[in-house]
Amino acid sequence: MAAVATEAHGHNDSHDHHEESFVSKYIFSQDHKMIGKQFLMTAIFMGVVAMLLSILFRVQLAWPGEGSDFVSFFLGEQWAPGGVMKEDMYLGLVTIHGTIMVFFLLTGGLSGTFSNLLIPFQIGARDMASGFLNMLSYWFFFLSSILMLVSMFVESGPAMAGWTIYPPLSALPQAVSGSGLGMTLWLFSMSVFIASSLIGSLNYIVTVLNLRTKGMSMTRLPLTIWAFFVTAILGVLSFPVLLSAALLLIMDRMAGTSFFLSDIIVGGEMLTQHGGSPLLFQHLFWFLGHPEVYIVLIPALGLSSEIISTNSRKPIFGYRAMIGSILAIAFLSFIVWAHHMFITGMNPFLGSVFVFTTLLIAIPSAVKVFNYITTLWKGSIVFTPAMLFTIGLVSSFISGGVTGIILADAALDIMVHDTYFVVAHFHVVMGLSAVFGMFAGVYHWFPRMFGKMMNTSLGYVHFWITIIGAYGVFFPMHFVGLAGAPRRYYNYSVYGDFDTETFNIIMDLNVIITYFAIFAALGQLVFLFNFFYSIFKGQVAPQNPWRSNTLEWTAPVEHIHGNWHGELPTVHRWPYDYSKPGADEDFVPQNVPLKEGEEEH
Amino acid sequence: MESKLLIIAVIILGVIAVTRLMKVYDLSSKLGNKNEAEISERHNRLNANLLLLFCASLFIGFLWLIVHFGWSGRGPAASAHGHGLDVLYNVNFAIVLFVFFLTHIFLFYFAFKYVRKPGVKAYYFTHSNKLEVIWTAVPAVVLFIIIIFGLRSWNTITDDAAPEAIRLELFSKQFDWTARYSGTDNRLGKFDYKLTTDNNELALLTTNTIDSAIQNMDYGINGIHDLEAKLNNPELVVSAKERSDMMTTLDRKGRLIRLLHQMKGRHDSKNDAYAWDDIIQKDTLYLCKGTPYELSFRSKDVIHSAYFPEFRVQMNTVPGFPTRFKFTPDITTKEYQDANKDSDFNFALLCNKICGGSHYKMKMAVVVLSPVEYKAWMKTKSLATFKDKYFAKAE
Repeated sequence: MAAVATEAHGHNDSHDHHEESFVSKYIFSQDHKMIGKQFLMTAIFMGVVAMLLSILFRVQLAWPGEGSDFVSFFLGEQWAPGGVMKEDMYLGLVTIHGTIMVFFLLTGGLSGTFSNLLIPFQIGARDMASGFLNMLSYWFFFLSSILMLVSMFVESGPAMAGWTIYPPLSALPQAVSGSGLGMTLWLFSMSVFIASSLIGSLNYIVTVLNLRTKGMSMTRLPLTIWAFFVTAILGVLSFPVLLSAALLLIMDRMAGTSFFLSDIIVGGEMLTQHGGSPLLFQHLFWFLGHPEVYIVLIPALGLSSEIISTNSRKPIFGYRAMIGSILAIAFLSFIVWAHHMFITGMNPFLGSVFVFTTLLIAIPSAVKVFNYITTLWKGSIVFTPAMLFTIGLVSSFISGGVTGIILADAALDIMVHDTYFVVAHFHVVMGLSAVFGMFAGVYHWFPRMFGKMMNTSLGYVHFWITIIGAYGVFFPMHFVGLAGAPRRYYNYSVYGDFDTETFNIIMDLNVIITYFAIFAALGQLVFLFNFFYSIFKGQVAPQNPWRSNTLEWTAPVEHIHGNWHGELPTVHRWPYDYSKPGADEDFVPQNVPLKEGEEEH
Repeated sequence: MESKLLIIAVIILGVIAVTRLMKVYDLSSKLGNKNEAEISERHNRLNANLLLLFCASLFIGFLWLIVHFGWSGRGPAASAHGHGLDVLYNVNFAIVLFVFFLTHIFLFYFAFKYVRKPGVKAYYFTHSNKLEVIWTAVPAVVLFIIIIFGLRSWNTITDDAAPEAIRLELFSKQFDWTARYSGTDNRLGKFDYKLTTDNNELALLTTNTIDSAIQNMDYGINGIHDLEAKLNNPELVVSAKERSDMMTTLDRKGRLIRLLHQMKGRHDSKNDAYAWDDIIQKDTLYLCKGTPYELSFRSKDVIHSAYFPEFRVQMNTVPGFPTRFKFTPDITTKEYQDANKDSDFNFALLCNKICGGSHYKMKMAVVVLSPVEYKAWMKTKSLATFKDKYFAKAE
C-alpha cells in the first residue's frame, strides 16, 4: 500500500519537526492543512467582494434611477455618475457576481478548502499524494482570483455578457464595452482557474485511491470523502470542456476564426465570419455548466452528511444508498446539460431527451433528502451552529429542488426560461445549499483547522440572520419570475408602458428583496468577526469537541507535519457508529477495534 | 465626500464596538466556565423551538406571497396553447407545493421533536431496504407522470405548423424588433446578411438588392474604391493604426464582394416576387385573433430572445441560425383588457436574452385585432410592400 510507503519516510519519530521558515510555512506551503486555509481565506475574500457587488445591483433594482451615496462610494463618477450606476456597469456587476460566486467561492472555496483539509485527515494519510501540485493548485487559484479582480478595474469595464458569457455578445467589443479587455481578462482568469481545479482534482482522486490507511476500505470512507472524490472526478471530466470553449472563444476574438460566429453585422460593420454556431458554445459551456452545479453541491452534501450524523448522535441513514445516490447524481449530471437550452432553437426532440434525464436526477436527490430526514428521526439532536446550517441546507435543497421540476419540463420552461424564477431556483438549490454547507463545514471543522473554538452564540446569531435573510430574498424572487420579469434587466420601466399591474408587483417585491439582501449581508459581518476573532482569541479546542468518529479528531490539536505522531491510525469500523447498543459511549471512533462478539453495522 | 468619510467612520466605530462587546462577553463566559463545545440545554431547546417557529413563519410568508402575488403577475394566457400550458403548470405546481410542505413539516418537526433530552439515547438505525425502495419508487412514478404530460405538450407546441399558418418573421438587432409579414403569397422572401444596406435593412434577396449591395460595397462611403483611393493618396496623413484598420476593412470588403458576385451568379430572378410583396412593420406588431402563425426569428448581431409573456411564447433569435415558434393568439387586446378590467394593458414583445446595455429597453408593442379590424389594417398596408418602399426610397 502506498500508505505504507509514506511510512518509510520516518515519521515514526515524533521529534521530526524541522523548523520551517515563514515563507515555506505560510506562503508556499505544501502542507494540506495550510493550503486548505489558504483556499478558505481567498474564497472568503472573493465571497465578500461578490456579495458586495450583489448589494450594489440590488440597490439599483429596488430604487432605479435614484442616486445613492453607497453606490457612488464604490463605483465612482465614471461608472455611477451622481450615484446612479450605468447600464453597462449593471451588467458587469451581475456577470462578475455570478462568476465569483459559482467558481471562486463555491468551487475553489468549498472543494479547495475541505478537500484539502479533510481528505488526508479522514482517510488517515500524512498529506496529499503530491504536496507540490497541491501548492501549485492554490497558487493558480490565487492568480486567477487576482486576474478576475483586476478585470473589474479596466477602463472599458469587466465582462458584461452574464456569467454564461454567450457569444456573440462576449465575442464582440462593438456589442458591449465589457467584451473588450474585461472579457479577455475573464477568459484568461478562468483558464488559469481551470488549470488550478484540474491539478487539485487529480491530486484528490489519487490521494483517495492510494493513500487510505490500513483498514480504510472504500465502504468505510466517511461520506464527505465520497463526496469530494466524486466531485473531483466530475471536475476532471467536465472542466477541460469549458477550457476548450474558452480557447475557441479566444480564437474567435483574436484570430478571426468563426467557431461561434456567423453572418453578423455589429456597430455598422459587416463581419466575414460564416458557418459558426453560437449554440455550439452553449453546448460546450453547459457540458461543464451542469456538472458544475453538482461540483458545487455534492461537497456541501458530503459535509452535511457527516455533520447531521454526528449531531443527531445517530448513524447516517442508508449509508450505501447515500453513496449510490451521489454516484447516480454524478453520472446523470453529465447527460442533462441541454435543459438550459430548451428554447435556444435546439432541436425540440433533443429537448425531450433532456427532459427525461433531468427529471430522473430528481430521484437520487429525493433519496438523499429522505435519508437526511430519517437520520434526524429518533436522534438525540445537538444544535451546534454547524447542525443548524445543515438543517438549513436540507431545507434549501428541497425548496430549490422542487422548483426544478417545473424548469426541467420543457413545455413549462417556455414560460419561465430566463425569468427571475430561474434566478430564484438556482440561487436556492445551489447557492444557498452550497453556502449553508460551507458555513456548516467552517463551524464544524474550525477547531480542526485553527485549534480554536468559534463562539457558539455568535454562530447562532449568524445562522438565524442568514437563513431569514436568504429566504426573504429568494422566496419573493420566485414571484418576480412568475410575474414574468426577465433576468438581467437594468430596470423594469418597460413594463410601466404596457402593464402597470405587473410593474407594481415587480417593484414591490424588488424592494422587499433588497431589504432582506442588505439584512443578510450585514449578518455576514457577524460571521467574519467571529471567524477572525476566534482564530486569534478563541477558546482552545479540545481533541474531539463534537465527540465524532472520524479519524481527523484522533490527530493532535496542534498541527504537525504528517498529521499523526507515530504510526498512522488503523481503521476497524465504519464512521457512523453513534449510539451503538452495547458501546460504552454514544460514539465509537473508527480506530477503535471491534469488541469481542461485536458485529460491524 | 463627507458621506464617504461618514461611511468609513461608521464601519470603524462598528468594528471597535463589537470588539469591546466581545471582550465583555469573553470575560463573563470565562467566569461562568463556558465551554464552546458543550451546547447547553437552554441553547439547544431554544434553537429547536426557533426551528419550529421558523418553519411556521416560512409557511405563512409563503402563503402570503401566493395570496398577494400568486399567479396574477403573468396574467391569463392569451394564446391557444397557452391555456393548456397554464393547466399543466398549475398541476405541477400543486405537486411541488405538496412535496415542499410535506418534507418541510417532517424536517422541522423531527428537528424539534428529537432534540437531545437527558437520559434519552438515539436509536441506532442504519438502514431499511423497505423504506428505501418505497421512497425511490414513489418519486419515480410521480416523475414519470410529470414527464409524460410535459412531453405531450412540448411535442404539440414544437410540432410543425399547419400549412395555412401565416408566416411572419421577427428580426432582432440591438436594441429593437422589426416584423416582416409574408404578404399575399404567404411566403417570406429569402435573405442574406451581406445584402444589408440603408435601403434594405432586413437584407432581403432580389436581383435589385444584390446589385445595389455590390454597388454599395464598391462605391459607397468607405467602399472598396474609396478605401483604395485613401490608401494610395500620398497627401493624406494617417496614423499607422488607422492605416492598418483601413487595410483590414479593405481586405474584408474584398472577400465579401467576391461572395456577392457569386450570389448574383446563382440568383434566379423568379424568386424576387417572394420578397417584393413582404410587408415590413416597425414599432407595433399587429396580429389577428384566431389565426395560426408560424413565426421565424432572425438576429443581426447577438443572441436576443423573443418573449411574449401572455402568449406563453419564447424563442431565442440567433445570428446565422434561423429559429421558429408557432402559436395562435385567441383573444383580442380589447377583450383581454375588458376581461382583466385594466384598460391600460397592452401585449408586448420583450427581449429576454442579455444583449447589451439597453437590453432592458428592447421591446415592441403588440396588438391583437379581431379578424374584421385586422383586414382593415392590412388594407392600409397594401401599398406599403417591400417593393413600394424600396423603389420609393431608391428614387
